[in-house]
Amino acid sequence: MSAPADFQHDAANGGTLRFSGNLSLRSIGDLPERLAGVSGPVARLDMSGIERIDTVGAWLVHRFARDHAAAVSGLNADSQHLFDQVAGADQPIEMPPAPYGTFKRLLAEVGEAVIQAFRTLHGLLGFMGATAMAFGAVLLNPRRFRFHATVHRFEVVGVSALGIIGLMSFLIGIVIAQQGAVQLRQFGAEVFTINLVGRITLRELGILMTAIMVAGRSGSAFAAQLGTMKLTEEIDAMRTIGVNPMEALVLPRVIAAVLMLPLLGFYASVVAIIGGGLLCWISLDIPPITFVQRIREVVPITDLYVGLVKAPVFGAIIAIAGCYQGMQVEGDAEQVGTRTTTAVVQAIFLVIVLDAFFAVFFTEVGWN
Amino acid sequence: MTAPTFDGNAVIRVRGLRNSFGDQVVHDGLDLDVRQGEILGVVGGSGTGKSVLMRSIIGLQEPDTGTVEVFGEDALDVDEAEAIEMRKRWGVLFQGGALFSTLTVAENVQVPLKEFYPALDQALLDEISAYKVVMTGLPSNAGPKYPAELSGGMKKRAGLARSLALDPELLFLDEPTAGLDPIGAAAFDELTLSLQRTLGLTVFLITHDLDTLYAICDRVAVLADKRVIAVGTIDELLALDHPWIQEYFNGPRGRAAVSSVERAAVT
Repeated sequence: MSAPADFQHDAANGGTLRFSGNLSLRSIGDLPERLAGVSGPVARLDMSGIERIDTVGAWLVHRFARDHAAAVSGLNADSQHLFDQVAGADQPIEMPPAPYGTFKRLLAEVGEAVIQAFRTLHGLLGFMGATAMAFGAVLLNPRRFRFHATVHRFEVVGVSALGIIGLMSFLIGIVIAQQGAVQLRQFGAEVFTINLVGRITLRELGILMTAIMVAGRSGSAFAAQLGTMKLTEEIDAMRTIGVNPMEALVLPRVIAAVLMLPLLGFYASVVAIIGGGLLCWISLDIPPITFVQRIREVVPITDLYVGLVKAPVFGAIIAIAGCYQGMQVEGDAEQVGTRTTTAVVQAIFLVIVLDAFFAVFFTEVGWN
Repeated sequence: MTAPTFDGNAVIRVRGLRNSFGDQVVHDGLDLDVRQGEILGVVGGSGTGKSVLMRSIIGLQEPDTGTVEVFGEDALDVDEAEAIEMRKRWGVLFQGGALFSTLTVAENVQVPLKEFYPALDQALLDEISAYKVVMTGLPSNAGPKYPAELSGGMKKRAGLARSLALDPELLFLDEPTAGLDPIGAAAFDELTLSLQRTLGLTVFLITHDLDTLYAICDRVAVLADKRVIAVGTIDELLALDHPWIQEYFNGPRGRAAVSSVERAAVT
């Protein structure tokens, strides 16, 4: 419908560019490159031949006129107004600070990561303290305890997780029994598969796998919920009404995780033992009654205690990491995502580190 | 007046639009024309479907029945290439600004330019985004900032800069002055008016702000009873005997807006 943007260079009288066509973004074509290639002096820009001009066209003309100290003429009233507006908006471009070189950036990133790690540790310890204080305040004044919120969390953290944790543990029990049987068969010691299944699930795997599953299921949910509430100012609103978010939001979640994890962990261990027993029955011809008798003989009760002592600690770690990261969300929606990821990674990492400490500790105290 | 008449210059022409969500009918038999070069204010009580109307026109909401023509073409029945051509010619400012939070303001402005005109080189893109940012009344150092670092009013201006990135002919503004202080809102009105004159824009403006209506709108469309019950200048609307319109413009806030316009005219 209109001619593309174009210009003619007239070298007479100090140089004139006569523009023609449609100087708008849509039909600008290679005009920027061609304008950059104009050589020789240009004193005037004659715009009388153009059909239409928009801000991009006006900017190109303005930039050329500015760089060549040329005068612009021939614009009609509307176009002149537009041109003046664009020219008036000419300010030095502000760019983000230039990135460092590769080596410097590497050093900076390492340094930042170290500082960040210490800051997180510091923050997490502080948050643990704040949770303990909220717990103390609720103990002193039990009417402030959010009973319904806590029971609701029991359901979300505990009851809803039964299906997936049961399935996972059942399969893990089968895998341990099957792999153990294959290896032990080489020594003719298949019967020790029962020891393996019983002890490892009660002591380690039942609780550990449950903790990882709860971190992925509930720790992430805590972080995302609190993070979103932080973004939508719900938490600020709570504070202004006089509700302490540590008591109303964090404490029910922490209590629920602390109480649910031992139950879920015990349940997971039992289901894993059932899975192992089933495999022993099918592939090793050990009848269930013998399996249960052997379990009672070879698994000391301390193995159960080991699991049950660890579980609430893991629960507290998962809930506190989730809530802490959620409460740290600030600014935009992307933060909710990164904080949720951090919460899960942190929870699983801390759970495994603590599990190692527990393993050494319980061996030292003679529960082996 | 109450029934929109045929208009040869209509940039947007909506006929017989019906929108519903489940059982709830938002629009039923809605007609509307937006003329070339005008600022049309769209008003209506909460829940009368002002934003839904805008979303139907720009293709974010599929209406049950009805036709929507933009630039003389059927906006509901277009193939992908035609839809892109259409989108190049309009800009939309959403209520909250809807800036991409992981990009700086300058990068936000450059997104539509890069998307539709990939041949432009980066230096020119930087210059274009810089002058657009300044034209919308932001300080030039706002360019490298992220949306989270901006105030609400600055976000709106940055959103406006992005919606103007392609030098559109048609601009949709969804409550541009909501949440701004009166000085900021008045400045935004002035900015809209100035841009409309400078760029020859047609503006579809959803607002609750009576001052905005009096200050910059050429015509006002009133949404009620699931359709546009009246379109016209404020004086024409005031001549109608509709209770909602009378209450809207003659309520305490309406009178305050009139007196402020009169004061501005005297000084």
